[in-house]
Amino acid sequence: MTDTSVGAAEDRHASYPDALIKSLLRSVKTIAMVGASPNWNRPSYFAMKYLQDKGYRVIPVNPGAVGQEILGEKVYASVREIPDKIDMVDVFRASEAVPPIADDAIAIGAKVLWMQLGVRNDAAAETAEKAGLTVIMNRCPKIEYGRLSGELGWHGFNSGVISSKRRKI
Amino acid sequence: MTMKSRYGFETLSIHAGASPDPATGARSTPIYQTTAFVFDDVDHAASLFNLQTFGYIYGRLTNPTTAVLEERIASLEGGRGATCTASGHSAQLLAFFPLMQPGDEFISSRRLYGGSITQFTRTFQKFGWKGVLVDADDPETVRKAITPKTKAVFCESLANPGGVISDIEALAKVAHDAGLPLIVDNTMATPYLCRPIEWGADLVIHSTTKFLSGHGNAMGGAVVDSGRFDWAKDDRFPSLCKPEPAYHGLTFTETFGDLAYTIYGHAIGLRDLGPTMAPMNAYLTILGCETLALRMQRHIENAQKVAEYLDGHPEVAWVSYAGLPSNKYRALAQKYLPKGAGSVFTIGVKGGYQAGVKIVESVDLFSHLANIGDTRSLIIHPASTTHRQLSPEQQVAAGAGPDVLRLSIGLESIDDIIRDLDQALAQASRLAA
Repeated sequence: MTDTSVGAAEDRHASYPDALIKSLLRSVKTIAMVGASPNWNRPSYFAMKYLQDKGYRVIPVNPGAVGQEILGEKVYASVREIPDKIDMVDVFRASEAVPPIADDAIAIGAKVLWMQLGVRNDAAAETAEKAGLTVIMNRCPKIEYGRLSGELGWHGFNSGVISSKRRKI
Repeated sequence: MTMKSRYGFETLSIHAGASPDPATGARSTPIYQTTAFVFDDVDHAASLFNLQTFGYIYGRLTNPTTAVLEERIASLEGGRGATCTASGHSAQLLAFFPLMQPGDEFISSRRLYGGSITQFTRTFQKFGWKGVLVDADDPETVRKAITPKTKAVFCESLANPGGVISDIEALAKVAHDAGLPLIVDNTMATPYLCRPIEWGADLVIHSTTKFLSGHGNAMGGAVVDSGRFDWAKDDRFPSLCKPEPAYHGLTFTETFGDLAYTIYGHAIGLRDLGPTMAPMNAYLTILGCETLALRMQRHIENAQKVAEYLDGHPEVAWVSYAGLPSNKYRALAQKYLPKGAGSVFTIGVKGGYQAGVKIVESVDLFSHLANIGDTRSLIIHPASTTHRQLSPEQQVAAGAGPDVLRLSIGLESIDDIIRDLDQALAQASRLAA
């Protein structure tokens, strides 16, 4: 039984090898979170707080919240304005809003373009991949981190991980 | 996201959810016999209470031992996640809780465990929930019973007290055509014999007290979410798709995606209703799951032989076991339970109520008790026990009339099982003569 919600059977974005996700989560240090919300009960705030707790630096991007700080980090209007080196751009925006963000991610030399659960734009993905970025779509880095580290299993979820080794990301 | 594992059933039965303990390296799952868990600091506590980070707070919501069992069962059923509960009955309560508001209805097959019929039609009324029981053998009957207040369709894959098999794929279609989830109780089949999610079920529930624990020593239940039902496609499931006041306006589907239903089960269901599985019972059930495939193979092998023996016995009027060629559910059994039709079934004795009573009192190896899915062979007279809360009409409709005995065939030597039934039937026969 396969899920039909994300494209055809040969769709290489329908699923990602655990090894790929793990290597991305290990190599990335700094994340630009586009669509980060200052409102604590928004999903992006949850993800940002969790990723900070795991040691990532997360820099919020939200034109509507410029001049504020979210979880101790200054908010920028766009990815291109961030002075720091960004490894990954994480997109909490509607799928149709992704193409200019992908262009920004390419322009600043990010290695990874990550689109959140429910966010998918194949054209933007192709553009980013041609520029050498690794693209993940329709996933949440918080959930993937939790799944692969075993934390998701704390809440009864099927991580899909079978291992006789102690877990670590 | 597909939950199909590349590992085989037996591997998952032993390993899913149970990597070595991260703290100690213990290979067998430790029993975390604790009520509460310390917070690193106030901020960590706040994050946990806000559901912003994964972690343990209090044993009523989550426990590391129970979590292993939850992941194990979710994995065996091919689901996204699971919530374990204190019993199968509380699993049913927790399964409906995120879906129902006062005044809502659900449609259920009327062929159910007698206790479920009472729970659905009497006790749930106190919440303003209406369980509408129908003959689900014809899925069109279910379709016609659906109203704008209906929130789910429910059936047992292999129905208790026995012999009845639900057409899961057809019922899933009826439910999905109406925008509703299908809930399947898979207790009697177990995921070894049938995996309802692969046939379209959205939620699967278990009394883990039965075959999953398998040894008649641990109460428990489980609610498995396939992760596939879109709770936010309309306004019918406000608990999941509208801001939740008890978590400061958090919306479960938006924040947790396909984890929403299972997080709700812990963060609201277990937190506020409280039917938590004990860690010791979770451990015993984990132990049971490890041998599920082996046990089920012997259960169905023994059950088939006993059913064939009884089918030819002069004191037995009928045998309701879908593994027999003459059974009306044979075709559905071959589709949904190709390995075997379970090990719980009913028989009708020619001597009626009195003969039934004589048999349960005459067995020496079979235990006369109200359970199923034990290593031991079990027998009961449902009309006077499990189904006695029902009216005579309801008893007959549920397959539990006065002449009916329910057998749960265990793992003893097959010759001993048959010899015990043989001598008990002979005593009932002498009674009639």
